[in-house]
Amino acid sequence: MSELRNYHAAVWDEPLVMELSAPGRRGNVPPAPIAELDPATALPGAVLRQAAPALPEVAEPDVLRHFLHLSQETMGMVGISLFGTCTMKYNPRVGEQLSGRDGMAELHPDQDDSTLQGLLEAVHRFDLMLRGLSGMDRFVFQPGGGAHAAYTHTAVTRAYFADRGELEQRREIITTAQAHPCNPATASAAGFDVITLPVEEDGYASLDALKAVLSDRTAALMINNPDDMGIYNPHIKEWVDAVHEVGGLCFYDHANFNGVMGRLRARELGFDACMFMLHKTFGVAKGGGGPAVGAYGCSEELATYLPGPLVEATEDGYVRRENPRGVGRVREYLGNLNQVVKAFGWLTAMGADGIREAADISVLANNYMEVRLLELKGVTKAFPQMTKRRLEMTRFSLEEYTAETGITAVDVQNRMGDYGIDAFWLSHEPWIVPEPFTPEAGETWSLEDIDYWIDVLAHVLEEGRSDPELVRTAPHQQVVGQLDGSSLDDPEKWATTWRAHRRKSGRG
Amino acid sequence: MTSSGPWAARARVLGIVVNPVAGMGGRVGLHGTDGQVELARARGAEPVAPARARRALARLHELAPDLDVVVAPGALGADHLPDATGWRVTVLDGPEPGAETTADDTRAAVSALVAAGVDLLLFVGGDGTARDVAGAVWAVCDDCVPVLGVPAGVKMHSAVFGLTPETAALAASRHLAAPERHGTRQAEVVDRDAAGDVRLYGTVQVPALPAGVQPAKGAPAPLADDATALAAEVAAELEPGRLYLLGPGATVDQVGHALGLATTPLGVDAVCDGRLLAVDADEATLLDLLARHDRATLVLGVVGGQGFLLGRGNQQLSPAVLRALAAADPAGLAGILVLATPAKVGALPEPVLHVDLDDPELAAELAGYRRVRTAPGRSTVLRVET
Repeated sequence: MSELRNYHAAVWDEPLVMELSAPGRRGNVPPAPIAELDPATALPGAVLRQAAPALPEVAEPDVLRHFLHLSQETMGMVGISLFGTCTMKYNPRVGEQLSGRDGMAELHPDQDDSTLQGLLEAVHRFDLMLRGLSGMDRFVFQPGGGAHAAYTHTAVTRAYFADRGELEQRREIITTAQAHPCNPATASAAGFDVITLPVEEDGYASLDALKAVLSDRTAALMINNPDDMGIYNPHIKEWVDAVHEVGGLCFYDHANFNGVMGRLRARELGFDACMFMLHKTFGVAKGGGGPAVGAYGCSEELATYLPGPLVEATEDGYVRRENPRGVGRVREYLGNLNQVVKAFGWLTAMGADGIREAADISVLANNYMEVRLLELKGVTKAFPQMTKRRLEMTRFSLEEYTAETGITAVDVQNRMGDYGIDAFWLSHEPWIVPEPFTPEAGETWSLEDIDYWIDVLAHVLEEGRSDPELVRTAPHQQVVGQLDGSSLDDPEKWATTWRAHRRKSGRG
Repeated sequence: MTSSGPWAARARVLGIVVNPVAGMGGRVGLHGTDGQVELARARGAEPVAPARARRALARLHELAPDLDVVVAPGALGADHLPDATGWRVTVLDGPEPGAETTADDTRAAVSALVAAGVDLLLFVGGDGTARDVAGAVWAVCDDCVPVLGVPAGVKMHSAVFGLTPETAALAASRHLAAPERHGTRQAEVVDRDAAGDVRLYGTVQVPALPAGVQPAKGAPAPLADDATALAAEVAAELEPGRLYLLGPGATVDQVGHALGLATTPLGVDAVCDGRLLAVDADEATLLDLLARHDRATLVLGVVGGQGFLLGRGNQQLSPAVLRALAAADPAGLAGILVLATPAKVGALPEPVLHVDLDDPELAAELAGYRRVRTAPGRSTVLRVET
């Protein structure tokens, strides 16, 4: 056991910036507008607003202090964050430096192609690299995240069947209970009926269940493998074949690619399309760290329907072109290319051997964790009868611990925050395993980090036995204590703007 | 840290009462044991409840070795405790019940357990026992004490039982670990009356935990909303001229409501062209209706927490009725519409549906994967086992 370090988060009770506002206070006073360009005279009256916008009026040091405090009230995105399914790997600073250079940061997407050759080359070469990893025939980077890439697939699926005159008939998209929830959600948003196959005793849905629902109404299968419990479905090729037999398409949601990078290729398993998340698997920041990219790749046949514009290498250099039979736009321009450039840098540095080794390390690290975690009294593994090794993560359960102590997984998660450990991942909902938690070690955390994380968990579990109140009422050393989550799903309570906050809190 | 305030820990108290003669009628062809113990014994019945009580309590002791337990005396409870090291056991005062325990003994024990301030009342029995328990709890304090049943009767229609004695123990342990976190839900106590009709006898609070799996935090939409939307979609699809048999259960009953019909949640109703042809129909009525329609669809719900599709609470859908359905419509059995909300599917201990028919050949025809509609535009597929 490591000796646990003392930790206490900064507590500032920081007000909202709007609450710091004082009329007339300024940080920076720009010169008055040139008379003939003054919006008040230059713009038509109909588009001028009647009242000034409610912007915070604060001095420069107030602004600096405010944001410094807010930054101190985070855990900094470099803590030991083993947040399963999110692959919270370290994002190399060199990527930030690359994308912050003028040659990237100062570009505008409306520039002529001839002035964007370096960027377009990076996009094209990264497309080629992902083709190499997946066996697909072309990638686009417009989707702003994994769910957006899944949605792109449903749009492509619609276009593909509409072209074949089968869209009226092919109304069903099949997924599984442990695929990422974006798969049923995007299928439904695109107007398809959704069939969710349950997870059975092997830890994945059964081929027989799939066969029971396949028909000439099947449009597509959308599936993760391994799923969100680190369990790899070994029958996946038979699944794909069965779907193809009835004329459906197969989409591989590679949200959990980290354990199989360089070890398998979606196209070789028969998939028609796949998705990589550059902001988790490919070394690009996620969460509060920056915008995301869901790289969507597909076969030549489906490439006809890709959203535009596409990047082509021609004899005269790189060009952007429209895709005449494609689904149109899923996002403006080419997507978050600053993130594509970071991922291109990361993958170039890693190389094919490097990412394969990274995949192996992430599986090894998880299995090391699993052995240590299962030695802790009260910790069990989901689907224990499925004895094959989990890949890059394992779904654990604190059910027995909760029965013994009354302390839940959420309590334990809260208390670990008191030791400076980021919240662990529980499980997507609905929970099929009671009191779940799902850490993912990845390849970037040191053995010392992983051991420290486990030591903190072990310590908290013991605290729950000797002083359950301490754990049940945690966190105590954090920025805030327990939150009342009861209003999180209540549109009458939550607010994302100052105006809504004032209205809903009865303050204005 | 202080130990006061809303999070203050206190030892949870479990109350236990066992109906030792419950379930005796089952194997000897009686549709219950209430008032028929003598007859059951005469036909050679053996007690079944004590063994099931011991299974549940042994598992509970493994899961929750540190508990305060209040138990009814003798055969009503104390006789069936495991070697309960770690449990602080209080046996209720009162005379040892005689060899022939009665419903009065159960009710008296429940009153005393409620008065003792138990946090959960675990009873072992069937629907008849559930009625006695519910009645006695209400007589003291409405539905103030959560109740959980260890299944040991002939009939277990009430939504208060674990699927098995062991899952009842699991649910009890998890509820006792953190009652305020999981909360309780209202559950119906139903039983067949003297005329053989299924009747609602009351409600009790049961731990909100389903037998196997805790539902999500930040819970999904309430059951009623899901069921209503699904039922509206189904109601809009009904074909003219086709006979629809709406099975028991709240979810299927919503289809009747969507059609503006006064269907019953506890029985089988028959609908055709927007008209209610029969309410709470018995087997003979159903056979008669099927003989007069050449197209028919059966709409079934799933017994919550148990996964029963046929054979619990819907025995009027007898093998004869099901065969008539198949005869009326070539797709009769394959075309059975099964409705269950995502919450209900998620609460099943495993993704399996059960069919319990006294006709193994017919049951085998129903086995295999079956589509279950869960919400508008959403479905899953569950394996039917017989």
